[in-house]
Amino acid sequence: MIASAQAVQGQEEVAGRSLWVDAWRTLRKNRAATVSGIVIGIMAVLVVVGPWFSPYSYDFTDWSNLSIGPSLETGHLFGTDTLGRDLFVRTLYGGRISLMVGLSATLVSLLIGISYGAVAGYFGGRLDNLMMRIVDILYAMPFMFFVILLMVFFGRNLFLIFVALGAIIWLDMARIVRGQTLSLKHREFVEAARAQGVGTFAVIRRHIVPNLLGVVAVYVTLTIPQVILMESFLSFLGLGVQEPMTSWGALVKDGSDEMQSSPWLLLFPAVFLAMTLFCFNFLGDGMRDALDPKDR
Amino acid sequence: MSLLEVRNLHVRFDTADGEVHAVRNLSFELDRGETLGVVGESGSGKSQTVLSLIGLLADNGRASGSAMFDGQDLFNLSPGALRSIRGRRISMIFQDPMTSLNPYLTVAEQMVQVVREHDRMTRRAARDRCLEMLEAVKIPDAAERLDCYPHELSGGMRQRVMIAASLLLDPQILVADEPTTALDVTVQAQILELMKDLNRRLGTAIILITHDLGVIAGLCERVIVMHDGELKEQGNVRDVFYRPRHSYTKALLKAVPRLDAEQVERLAPAADSSLLSVDGLKVHFPVRTGGWLGEKRPLRAVDGVNLDLRSGETLGIVGESGCGKSTLARAILRLVPTTAGNVCLLGQSMGDLDKRALREMRRDAQVIFQDPLASLNPRMTVGNIVSEPLRTHFPELGADEVRTRVADVLRRVGLSGRELNRYPHEFSGGQCQRIGIARALVLKPKVIICDEPVSALDVSIQAQIVNLLMDLQAEFGLALIFIAHDLAVVRHISHRIMVMYLGRIMEVASRKALYETPHHPYTRALISAVPIPDPDKERDRDRELLPGDLPSPVDPPSGCRFRTRCRFAQDRCRTEAPQLRQLTDSLVACHRAGEAVLV
Amino acid sequence: MLRYATRRFLGALPTLFILIALAFFLIRVAPGGPFDSEKALLPEVEANLRAAYNLDEPLHQQFARYVWGLAQADFGPSFQYRDYTVTELIMTGFPVSLRLGGMAITLALLVGVTAGSLAALRQNTRTDYAVMSASMTGISIPNFVMAPLLILIFAVYLGWLPAGGLGDGSPRNMVLPVIALALPQIAYISRLTRGSMIEVLRSNFIRTARAQGLPMHKIVLRHALKPALLPVVSYLGPATAAVITGSVVIEQIFGVPGLGRFFVQGALNRDYTLVMGVVVFYGVLIIAFNLLVDLAYAWLDPKVKYS
Ligand code: SF4
Repeated sequence: MIASAQAVQGQEEVAGRSLWVDAWRTLRKNRAATVSGIVIGIMAVLVVVGPWFSPYSYDFTDWSNLSIGPSLETGHLFGTDTLGRDLFVRTLYGGRISLMVGLSATLVSLLIGISYGAVAGYFGGRLDNLMMRIVDILYAMPFMFFVILLMVFFGRNLFLIFVALGAIIWLDMARIVRGQTLSLKHREFVEAARAQGVGTFAVIRRHIVPNLLGVVAVYVTLTIPQVILMESFLSFLGLGVQEPMTSWGALVKDGSDEMQSSPWLLLFPAVFLAMTLFCFNFLGDGMRDALDPKDR
Repeated sequence: MSLLEVRNLHVRFDTADGEVHAVRNLSFELDRGETLGVVGESGSGKSQTVLSLIGLLADNGRASGSAMFDGQDLFNLSPGALRSIRGRRISMIFQDPMTSLNPYLTVAEQMVQVVREHDRMTRRAARDRCLEMLEAVKIPDAAERLDCYPHELSGGMRQRVMIAASLLLDPQILVADEPTTALDVTVQAQILELMKDLNRRLGTAIILITHDLGVIAGLCERVIVMHDGELKEQGNVRDVFYRPRHSYTKALLKAVPRLDAEQVERLAPAADSSLLSVDGLKVHFPVRTGGWLGEKRPLRAVDGVNLDLRSGETLGIVGESGCGKSTLARAILRLVPTTAGNVCLLGQSMGDLDKRALREMRRDAQVIFQDPLASLNPRMTVGNIVSEPLRTHFPELGADEVRTRVADVLRRVGLSGRELNRYPHEFSGGQCQRIGIARALVLKPKVIICDEPVSALDVSIQAQIVNLLMDLQAEFGLALIFIAHDLAVVRHISHRIMVMYLGRIMEVASRKALYETPHHPYTRALISAVPIPDPDKERDRDRELLPGDLPSPVDPPSGCRFRTRCRFAQDRCRTEAPQLRQLTDSLVACHRAGEAVLV
Repeated sequence: MLRYATRRFLGALPTLFILIALAFFLIRVAPGGPFDSEKALLPEVEANLRAAYNLDEPLHQQFARYVWGLAQADFGPSFQYRDYTVTELIMTGFPVSLRLGGMAITLALLVGVTAGSLAALRQNTRTDYAVMSASMTGISIPNFVMAPLLILIFAVYLGWLPAGGLGDGSPRNMVLPVIALALPQIAYISRLTRGSMIEVLRSNFIRTARAQGLPMHKIVLRHALKPALLPVVSYLGPATAAVITGSVVIEQIFGVPGLGRFFVQGALNRDYTLVMGVVVFYGVLIIAFNLLVDLAYAWLDPKVKYS
């Protein structure tokens, strides 16, 4: 026994390539996805750090420069709105809100969706039937209308927004996680683990969850832009954050009111919003190609 | 002059990892009305060869060389000209009849359009031609089948439809790519018989691509042996089988388990008390027939099975798909809930155990599955996979101790012991199966249940794995339950064999008794359906062809489960289910077993 | 088939009930009331008003009354437009919304399926890349951004088309709103079609059809199109929901007098019955449409037909 132990240590062990490493390589080869990832990174840094370096704050009124176009001389890179507020700073602030709502609502949906889906999928049977029936019913609801009502009646509240959005969007996540769990449960490696006497909790932790992560990662990337879109939709209707705070949807709304006289007010926030959504979608697509077990 | 003359064929694929040279410098010919077998293991390039001939290679594939068919080079034809040859003069059937027919069109819709594409005729006339062809391939109630969708037909029936569709225009060559691999043995026998008959009656030349030497021996006049994209040997079927020249052919012939091999009785070790016993086991699954408000009915996957197993013994379980053999394996291990009956391991009834005690029991009974890759968690390293049982049952073991034991067991199953940090997808199918065996072995169990452990592997690898299992059994005194649909493999490894049909046991006997004096009509049919890789014997056998397909286990026949396909069935078989009874050396469940007609 | 249809219909009833209940109680529980805006209302007057609208009854009784009304297609009176019933209001707005939405969906289907199939057949060529980039852009630009941009370009700068409104009733007025509403759906549908078409073209039965010597265009039309369209058919349910939601903003931006404005105004004015009416009406529409889609699916897929 001792001899063989030494033999094992003496031998060089070959390093393995996990599926994550493989997926990472595939993703890196996908140029659109890589660029999108980098742009998202830059965008995130910009909206967090950018405002600190700007001479203007988001609610400062520059009386001498009302509704002026983008220019370097005045220091208003993106111009100002009718109230003389700097659009550059406002766009970055709007981005903070949009990204934050996107991330936190996705997180809410992730928590609810994964636990709900995994429970329904793993335990199956009547519980699964009941839980999925509930999801089916909720699916048929015109949710956007409910969210609008919520906003109108309970006031515009950032916290409420992302709870409401997260509560809608978890449905998809739950369905996907459930489907995946269901198919994993019957895979032979899970049966093998059970046959070895590995306990239920350990089976879920070691065998089910790690194999769910790929799909979940893809789905998270695709959920974020969806939430950002919904939030900006609400803001556009005037139901999102309150003045003087702003978000991309609200800026687009303001811009579209003034588009004939000051088109830059529409263009800058619109480009930021579209570009972010674009990059998230591309990244999600690339991740799907890299991680989805179906394509293997 | 030959009908088809292929010279210096090369097939290459451009892939992300560079060029793959799938077929190298292959030359062969085919005469009118001839039956040519192309045999090889997976990756030998046998399918790509024929796909290249009719221009159906995947987009990244290229073929070069020449293929003269009736004075034209197939590789020099315009796409249109090639298309008019496809289907009309060279037609093809594929492995999986399930997916090779369009599920959204009726049989008639798919067949009629083929006729009308190549021949000007009215829809009516085309339909009549299709009907004629369906009758020629012996589909019962052909007129009704015409308007069925594929999913309403059984697997064997679908393959018949495929054959009928490919013969509609009286082609000169029929290419069959593994036409029976997805079918059960008894259905395979029917299809092979049909192809033989069509070749004789219509004079269609057949190119049969298969990995199964037995199928070739029965059907083909000439054989090509391929390996790694190269032709290793070609010749008359008797020459190749009886006087193989190439070492690869020899090795292949030696590796195939044969039903007609020398009968050495494998002696089971001295019978001490039984290690595992199963009593009246039933597993019924509720299935819904029709939508979520449909009626729930039990699918009787396992319906009253008894067995016992002594240590050091191998019990083989054979049966066709749907006979419940895999469910039985899972029920013994308590991976699926049982409906009735009891399983005793080492004198302990598993039904009475609480969770903790059940866990303890699991140390002694392990399992090996069919699909080697699917049975290993893709996100765990080999080290973690094999050590998981140790860490579960002996959490007190130190890391070094675990590593040592894992490396030892990996070496014992024929790996190097250095694979600890690598992931399953980096290994071949055979290696993955070895890892699976290592995982089962690491706890030093008393019983291992092997559920089709070799059916996903190539013949030569199959032999290695089976031999490994037999060695391990001798070394550790393991008891094995070996489940498979391949009778020859089961016969090779087992001491005793149990035959199942629709959830019930038909016959249990020592392997010698079972193969030499099978008593049950089903056993006899099953044995006679297995092709033997020996051209002379294979052609001289008289077969007991079973009619029809397996009935659904949701709605099994009353009385004797086998009666719908049994030619000895009597009234009594309908009303009364036969019990297992002792007959010379066997246990048989048949009312008429032992009667003179059956011998 | 009929049994299947009945079963699906009965299955939709609980969904419908939950929808109504959810909307009803959500609105009633919320702070504020329909008469808040009319300040300085005398208490007696308000009490009278409340009684007139049965707002003084216990909540469950109001709910029962409302459901009973609904069963007779009566959405009750509007609080804000005192002279109209909600049913009348819905009937003035709905035809306009229906025309807008119907045209958008039809356009999305036609363009989306064609573009998606083309991209699939010419996979990894320039056509494919062009279609896919266009569709990615379509998905990423929300329609409330697209709409003002369209107005800016086609109405303001180029002056080709009116910026909306129903104006003189000429179809030119509908062009921009319909396009703005349809674009994201075109994008989704073309991606969906491309994906499923590629998958179908890879399947074994297509290989069989090719081995039988059928020409490619017949293979696509007879063998591939139907299975490739099934995912698109099941997407039609969510697509309708998305178009309905989208129409709320699009109607606002282009000043189209559809149902959307009633919803937004109604919500802002606490016009209980009107908001309820619109939500329930749209909810029923979506549920009914999902039902139709399911039936269409069952009709197209022979494997579902008999279950
Ligand atoms: S019991 Fe009857 S039907 Fe069954 S196998 Fe025996 S003879 Fe055939």
